[in-house]
Amino acid sequence: MIAFPVLILGARSDIGRALARAYAARGATVILAGRGDLTDDCSDLMLRTGGNASTVAFDVTDGAPDAFFQSLGTVPGTIVLVAGLLGDQAKSAADDAAAALVMETNYTGAARYLLAGARVMQGTANACIIGISSVAGDRGRGSNYIYGSAKAGLTAFLSGLRNAHAKTGLHVMTVKPGFVRTQMTAGMKLAPPLTASPEQVADAILRAHEKHRDVLYVLGRWRLVMTIIAAIPESIFKKLSL
Amino acid sequence: MTTILPLSGWGRYPIVDCPVNFPGSPDAARALVAQLPDSIARGNGRSYGDASLNCAATLDLKRLDRMLAFDPESGTMTCEGGVMLSDLIDAMLPRGWFPPVTPGTKFVTIGGMIASDVHGKNHHGSGSFCDSVAWLDLDTGEGRARRCSATENTDLFAATCGGMGLTGIIVRAAFRMLRVETSMVRQKTIHAPDLAAAMALFEQTSDWTYAVAWIDCLARGSALGRSVLLLGEHATLAELDPERRSTPLHRPKRRVKRVPVDFPGFALSRPIVKLFNRSYYAAQRAGERLVDLDPYFYPLDALLDWNRIYGRGGFVQYQCVLPLATSAVGIRALLEEVSAAGNASFLAVLKRMGPQSFGILSFPLEGYTLALDFPATPASLALVERLDAITAAHGGRVYLAKDACMTAERFAASYPRAPDFRAVLDRIGTRRAFSSSLSRRLEI
Ligand SMILES: Cc1cc2nc3c(=O)[nH]c(=O)nc-3n(C[C@H](O)[C@H](O)[C@H](O)COP(=O)(O)OP(=O)(O)OC[C@H]3O[C@@H](n4cnc5c(N)ncnc54)[C@H](O)[C@@H]3O)c2cc1C
Ligand SMILES: NC(=O)c1ccc[n+]([C@@H]2O[C@H](COP(=O)([O-])OP(=O)(O)OC[C@H]3O[C@@H](n4cnc5c(N)ncnc54)[C@H](OP(=O)(O)O)[C@@H]3O)[C@@H](O)[C@H]2O)c1
Repeated sequence: MIAFPVLILGARSDIGRALARAYAARGATVILAGRGDLTDDCSDLMLRTGGNASTVAFDVTDGAPDAFFQSLGTVPGTIVLVAGLLGDQAKSAADDAAAALVMETNYTGAARYLLAGARVMQGTANACIIGISSVAGDRGRGSNYIYGSAKAGLTAFLSGLRNAHAKTGLHVMTVKPGFVRTQMTAGMKLAPPLTASPEQVADAILRAHEKHRDVLYVLGRWRLVMTIIAAIPESIFKKLSL
Repeated sequence: MTTILPLSGWGRYPIVDCPVNFPGSPDAARALVAQLPDSIARGNGRSYGDASLNCAATLDLKRLDRMLAFDPESGTMTCEGGVMLSDLIDAMLPRGWFPPVTPGTKFVTIGGMIASDVHGKNHHGSGSFCDSVAWLDLDTGEGRARRCSATENTDLFAATCGGMGLTGIIVRAAFRMLRVETSMVRQKTIHAPDLAAAMALFEQTSDWTYAVAWIDCLARGSALGRSVLLLGEHATLAELDPERRSTPLHRPKRRVKRVPVDFPGFALSRPIVKLFNRSYYAAQRAGERLVDLDPYFYPLDALLDWNRIYGRGGFVQYQCVLPLATSAVGIRALLEEVSAAGNASFLAVLKRMGPQSFGILSFPLEGYTLALDFPATPASLALVERLDAITAAHGGRVYLAKDACMTAERFAASYPRAPDFRAVLDRIGTRRAFSSSLSRRLEI
């Protein structure tokens, strides 16, 4: 059972757009939340599906999640947190403000929004929170540990939230997409067998949502890859260039 | 962010390494076009040759895919240039609307359809796609889009319709759609024993909305041009079986298959194609019946990646149109050349075209159009050159959306309005801002 409306936090992202279309195709009323102008995306959803959609301004770092949920005027049945920021590792390591932004976007801001969401959804039948985290959070690597550690925080947060609500009826799902071909990764060399399209990610999330899955690796291979990476002893791991 | 990718058209020949950007909004596209000195738009890469390739910069516009508005009064759809025709049909057919003109695949973008001014099986009566375009917004790199229509920026409109992306980026367009009562087609199948019979049938059946003939290219001598003519009309509600009338716009899900690997070269050898053509010809029962819209309009779309059948070397498609006066003689000469060469041509399609459209570089011309494809071997490339000569000798021309082989001289001779096209670009000052491998090859 998928509870409506579906609130997409970060709806301008490629994964967010694919999710909005997939949920709308299932008949969901979709609320698109994002920083820029989303009216065209909203018209698109309604034309494609004949269903209902609306837009709301959203900045995950604004520190005002309660006000955001009050302004919605409705209680979401499903919240999907998609917003995220990869940043630039070298820049984040050198510049405090850049690091803070990556941390706030992926962890503190995200967790605060989801906490506020869980509060307003209390008692909603089939309520579900889906957080898009990352395999980068499974183990810190030199090439992206600011982003990775913030995602690790998000992963731990989602796992705790799931545990805390196991008996309240709020389902929490953690998604680890692996590599996805989006604007976030444009220009990067991604190994094709480990890379999914935004549409693939959206399909997998909808299926997992219906099955009440807890943790989703969009491409099953990633689970194996990360298990191996997690098993490497730290004394060796620290010397690898990853 | 730019990614270098080996790109090709649907024929997988030629393949060119291109720096590609994927703008996700008109604003992002505008910023790119303003900054790039030389680029080309790319839709879904379903043109066969090198029209959507630029080794300086290629803009993949598939993320520009929002449907913006639909006015049911006039049937006008407004959408971004990267919207896929298949998505448009999925969205609008359940509400009783169909594109006014459709190519033989639905995996094309609206921008690509305008840039090639595509024609369908209804060209003889309905014209080409751009005849239904109310306006388009063209980004020419000056930091704003220009609205082009039959009343605004008219010369730029005429240059852009069929202009192969060489005038700029079509970011938005509005076009009129066709009202349909059902998702079925009333198809009439007629067998024609030879070319003369097929052409006579086209002339006699011109009141049908859709008409196309599949030719068995391997038939020779007195059977040259042996074909199956498929005529079609959108079925009316009253024509449906009573049990279908409650869901007239429903489309049965089609089982889609993929071609998993590149076929080895021998797969298309002459005997195999002969067998295919024979069975295809025989499988078409004569007479009238109702068929689903997808297999009628998009017989090849059920086989994804079917271009892999031609193997790694790729293939070339040859499509030309000959003026009415020379069609009978010219098409015969072309078919004779093909059948003498013995190159396996998997698909051969003959259509009657109506009058030329307003697009300066638009392909259609009143007469007959023939489309053939061959694996891209040296022998077939040589054959294509001979076909080019026959086409030229009969006053015809080759479709730019399918071409990968023509020379600049042939282009100049067969597209006499090319100087007008350049004059429009010179006037607005964007002559070199947009180019492709095709435009360089043909010196457009
Ligand atoms: C199986 C098959 C059947 C076909 N049948 C037909 C047919 O019956 N009739 C017919 O007319 N054609 C037919 N075609 C050809 C096809 O319709 C055209 O090549 C069409 O242009 C492809 O659209 P695309 O989005 O893939 O564009 P691409 O192939 O990516 O690009 C084609 C041209 O359009 C330009 N372009 C693309 N998007 C834009 C944009 N937004 N703004 C400006 N320029 C743009 C490109 O620069 C390029 O010059 C067929 C092709 C296939 C593969
Ligand atoms: N692509 C991958 O390989 C990959 C892999 C694993 C996980 N992920 C995760 O998947 C999610 C979606 O990413 P994507 O790949 O689709 O890339 P994307 O298109 O770059 O999406 C990131 C989105 O986050 C939004 N965002 C950033 N800061 C924000 C803020 N302060 N407030 C509100 N929104 C903000 C951006 O909004 P604007 O549009 O306004 O900039 C953008 O829409 C992210 O959480 C990402 O970490 C991606």
